[in-house]
Amino acid sequence: MNQSSTRSTALFTNDRYPKPRYIMSDCPIHPNLFTWPAENPSLLGGLCEHCGEVSFPVQSSCRSCSGSGSSVIELGDRGVLWTWTVQNFLPKPPYVTDQTPATFKPYGVGYIEMPAGVRVESRLLTADADKLKIGMPMQLVIEPFSANDRGGHNLCFAFDIVEND
Amino acid sequence: MDVAIVGVGMHPFGRTPSMTGLQQGAAATRAALADAGIQWSDIECGYGGSQDAGNADAIVNEMGLSGLQFTHIFNGCATGGSSLHAAYTAVKSGEYRNALVLGFDKHAPGAFNATPADWGIDDWYGEVGLMLTTQYFGMKIQRYMHDYNIANEALIAVAEKAFHNGSINPTAWRRQALSREDIATSQMISHPLRKYMFCSPAEGAVALILCSTEEAKRYTAQPIFLNAAAIRTRHYGSFEVFSPSQPVAHADSPTVIASRAAFQQAGIGPEDIDIAQLQDTESGAEIIHMAENGFCEHGEQQQWLRDGHTKIGGKLPVNTDGGCLANGEPVGASGLRQVHEICVQLRQQGGARQVPGKPRTGYTHVYGAPGISGVTILSR
Repeated sequence: MNQSSTRSTALFTNDRYPKPRYIMSDCPIHPNLFTWPAENPSLLGGLCEHCGEVSFPVQSSCRSCSGSGSSVIELGDRGVLWTWTVQNFLPKPPYVTDQTPATFKPYGVGYIEMPAGVRVESRLLTADADKLKIGMPMQLVIEPFSANDRGGHNLCFAFDIVEND
Repeated sequence: MDVAIVGVGMHPFGRTPSMTGLQQGAAATRAALADAGIQWSDIECGYGGSQDAGNADAIVNEMGLSGLQFTHIFNGCATGGSSLHAAYTAVKSGEYRNALVLGFDKHAPGAFNATPADWGIDDWYGEVGLMLTTQYFGMKIQRYMHDYNIANEALIAVAEKAFHNGSINPTAWRRQALSREDIATSQMISHPLRKYMFCSPAEGAVALILCSTEEAKRYTAQPIFLNAAAIRTRHYGSFEVFSPSQPVAHADSPTVIASRAAFQQAGIGPEDIDIAQLQDTESGAEIIHMAENGFCEHGEQQQWLRDGHTKIGGKLPVNTDGGCLANGEPVGASGLRQVHEICVQLRQQGGARQVPGKPRTGYTHVYGAPGISGVTILSR
């Protein structure tokens, strides 16, 4: 496992989430963002019943055609990096963290273009500007993000560079 | 019928610990009234706003309870532009003979920390660290530079120009010119944007007095005419801040559509503009906005900057007062600072930063969250 110093450990803690062993006290940070529990999780989106536009997160009303009514679809777990940046300073709340400016570790952020036709904004597991390239393939991962009130973690999605693709 | 600006006033941008935002607004209002030679009791209506410094209609507590119609406006980063637009339509319609436009603000230091629920987004988006305008600006210019083959030197050139202009503007907040090296080696904030490529939230106030063109000469020998004012919001497919996702389909930005609407209203084109103030939240924004407002093609900006076209003395001076980079961004006042600067320039009152050649026409463009643009076209 790559534990290089550039891998963000901001709150996407340390080891990758165990698969397919689920920890019952862990739960997604918000419903309907991704399939869970799942051996190969997929992002979820909304498909407009009227015009076929895809939304993320799932939205019942359509920003394209103004229609109401959508169904939930899987957006998959692979996409392409459309743009990116690195967050180099500790954000103020509402960011949830126990870090201080001194312990803050930068994290990557990007938009991932999914084959379903939507670009999803996401944390990236690398913060190394030299490794991030527009157009590179990216893989969905589900990681523990913050502590929840059940003694487990809130799980959130992120994307990682596809090694040896 | 055109509308005229007959009085302008400013409380300098930056930090004034001894004054509230509202008090700074009152100082700007008094300066604008004095400039126009009009009494507060004669002002018939007012529009204004602030993001973090309270309700603009509380200005009557500072200025006097005159009974005027006053409407508080908050419209994100286009608050000042929206207030001006409301006053413009009120006077243009003939409903009121004159109007006050007021913008002021007082922000805490550091990047804005917006609350997702205020923008129709679920809490998780902020909790995981995605609710930051700085990230958005970094990602937007990253993609733009990729698409149009623009290099870092362009980002540096915009910042260098801004701090140079700030250094010769007595009311600027940042009054020290910076070298290319100072900018290129400053702290990385959000790739590819560094510390000196970003503006900072600040404090300050601007007030304008508008009246009908017919009455303008009563107040001033140098009225500035407001030939167009347009505000537009985003279409589906425009890449905007605070977007958990965006469609693959592309749409023109709110800047493109506001700019077109304003040029159409004014009956002139980008080639007729002598001086422009373009939203420069960061260096990349000014580069994008040079093209989105129709002044050059996408991808031409780097050559324009190399040739010095947007410097004072160039063929289209941009952000002659140092822009947001050198003045900071008090959200409620920022768009009105641009109009103030155009008025100063068209009246030939720019001092060391005066654009040569007696400019006749000016253009202002404010842009920001959540995907909103305000454009004005002015002339003398």
